[in-house]
Amino acid sequence: MSVVSRNFWNFCVDFSANKIALISFFVFSAIVFVAVFAPLVSPTNPYDLSTVDIMDSRLPPGATNFSGQTFWLGTDGAGRDMVSAIFYGLRVSLGVGAMSGVIALTIGSFVGISAAFFRGRYETFVMRFVDIQLSFPSILVALIIIAAFGKGIEKTMIALILVQWAYYARTARASALVEMNKEYVDAARCLAFSNTRIMFKHILPNCLAPLIVVGTLQTAHAISLEATLSFLGLGLPVTQPSLGLLIGNGFEYMYSGDFWISIFPGVALLVTVASINLVGDHLRDMFNPRLH
Amino acid sequence: MTGFVFKRSLQSILVLFVMSILVFAGVNLVGDPVDMLINPESDQEEIERVIRDLGLDRPITEQYWFFLLNAFQGDLGKSFVFGEPALKLIIQRMPATFELALFSLFIAILFGIPLGIYAGLKPNSKVSRTIMAGSILGFSMPTFWVGILLIMFFAVHLGWLPSTGRGDVATFLGIKSSLFTIDGLSHVFLPAFNLALFKMSSIIRLTRAGTREIILQDYITFARSKGLSEEKIVLVHLLRNILIPVVTVIGLEFGSLIAFSTVTETVFAWPGMGKLIIDSIYNLDRPVIVAYLLIIVTFFVFLNLVVDILYSVLDPRVRVKGNNE
Repeated sequence: MSVVSRNFWNFCVDFSANKIALISFFVFSAIVFVAVFAPLVSPTNPYDLSTVDIMDSRLPPGATNFSGQTFWLGTDGAGRDMVSAIFYGLRVSLGVGAMSGVIALTIGSFVGISAAFFRGRYETFVMRFVDIQLSFPSILVALIIIAAFGKGIEKTMIALILVQWAYYARTARASALVEMNKEYVDAARCLAFSNTRIMFKHILPNCLAPLIVVGTLQTAHAISLEATLSFLGLGLPVTQPSLGLLIGNGFEYMYSGDFWISIFPGVALLVTVASINLVGDHLRDMFNPRLH
Repeated sequence: MTGFVFKRSLQSILVLFVMSILVFAGVNLVGDPVDMLINPESDQEEIERVIRDLGLDRPITEQYWFFLLNAFQGDLGKSFVFGEPALKLIIQRMPATFELALFSLFIAILFGIPLGIYAGLKPNSKVSRTIMAGSILGFSMPTFWVGILLIMFFAVHLGWLPSTGRGDVATFLGIKSSLFTIDGLSHVFLPAFNLALFKMSSIIRLTRAGTREIILQDYITFARSKGLSEEKIVLVHLLRNILIPVVTVIGLEFGSLIAFSTVTETVFAWPGMGKLIIDSIYNLDRPVIVAYLLIIVTFFVFLNLVVDILYSVLDPRVRVKGNNE
């Protein structure tokens, strides 16, 4: 085995030592699978108006309609199959969460590493900005963006990126500062490599472990925040129904006892967020040298 | 010390200034301010009069200057929906939000600290494991969904507690609050518990970590060897030392309770300023949105300033670091 694959194997063995984290990882993988292949694994296409029948609306879980179709988790107010709606909702929620996470990670690590690399006024200014932004709760930052600039998918994305990037910048700077003192950076400088090359080919790969930990926890947070915004009707548009919007739709029917319309999408959201959190928690313990 | 306070105050003013520009730009540059600031039902003559009155025909820098001047005089415009000054609307709803946040902070502390101490004293017992698993769940559960579950179970299914509104309000010591009536308390309980759940989880984890550290200290061993009872050790020696970090975090968390109350207030139709801002965003009630954002940002900047200064009083290292920058 090559060094890389052996390291990876060791990592897998270490990771599997924690049963809860391992189960969470498999649960999360299953959720990602369902989200990616939603059109293939869903019993129906919930947004194809020709197959959705308003006569089927608000059927309880396990009910069967006249044409013999069974709705295992019931139907919503428009007669859509809840299983399919949740699968499609997961697709939107995970997609938005992952995309905003990747963009925030890119911006955050660029800012953080360059701050550690160039130091001086630039670093002071940037990190002060990060401190100030982190002193505001995430929901408030998102509300400020949406209240000042209006609703819409791109504003939701901006809000999600904005609440995450500062954490990545702080983490990237902290680990880049440690790396800057190591000899390989001096060696790279002696070879007259460009600053960009040293920062992104040499320092960045060594900062990835803590960034990945922060990344998992922040993605869980972003998915939860997006669901909150969509529930409030301030997030994604109705044409892109995420889990939050499904829960919000079910909220209207709750007083009439139709619990399943908002309970099941909520369970899906909870399982997603909890499994990511548990994996992230375990990764953090694994990468924490003080615990070994 | 004075230098530190001065520096931090200056920074706070700068943050407020930048935020006012951001909010102003949001209202005036993104989209047409005429549509946003003028009631769409008014006729052409009225529109022209308001444009002149608001100074929308002047250059943008001049407009910003007038916006600032008015804001300082407490004039943030009139709400389209209520026809009342935006500032007045928000101040009217402020007590409801504060009583909700205070009561949920109380619940979070009341349950969080004892559970955290127990989990720290007996880290391997079944109960402790359940408490810790519960706290992870508390972190992961989206607040609005828990709110729905609470309403569904306690209000719809069991019918024990009301699910919407603030209930009866009584005046005590000049403060009007629903915390002083039985009916009001029954209304505040569910939303406050909902809002408290997240904070409770973090207080449990913090207290547990503190307990596990402090229980190993020499003065606890000494207290034990003196023959003090276990209750006395926990209540006097342990509790006091845990409270230091917990109290500082609680101070910071109060602000985030106010911010997150927007969600809880919407779920439980609680008539606070959080529900007002969400409704205003729906109705495009721009004056109220601008007023809310300015007030809440001022509140947070002030809160952070106070916490920063208190930290520097409690921990001299912060002060030294601040001066070296």
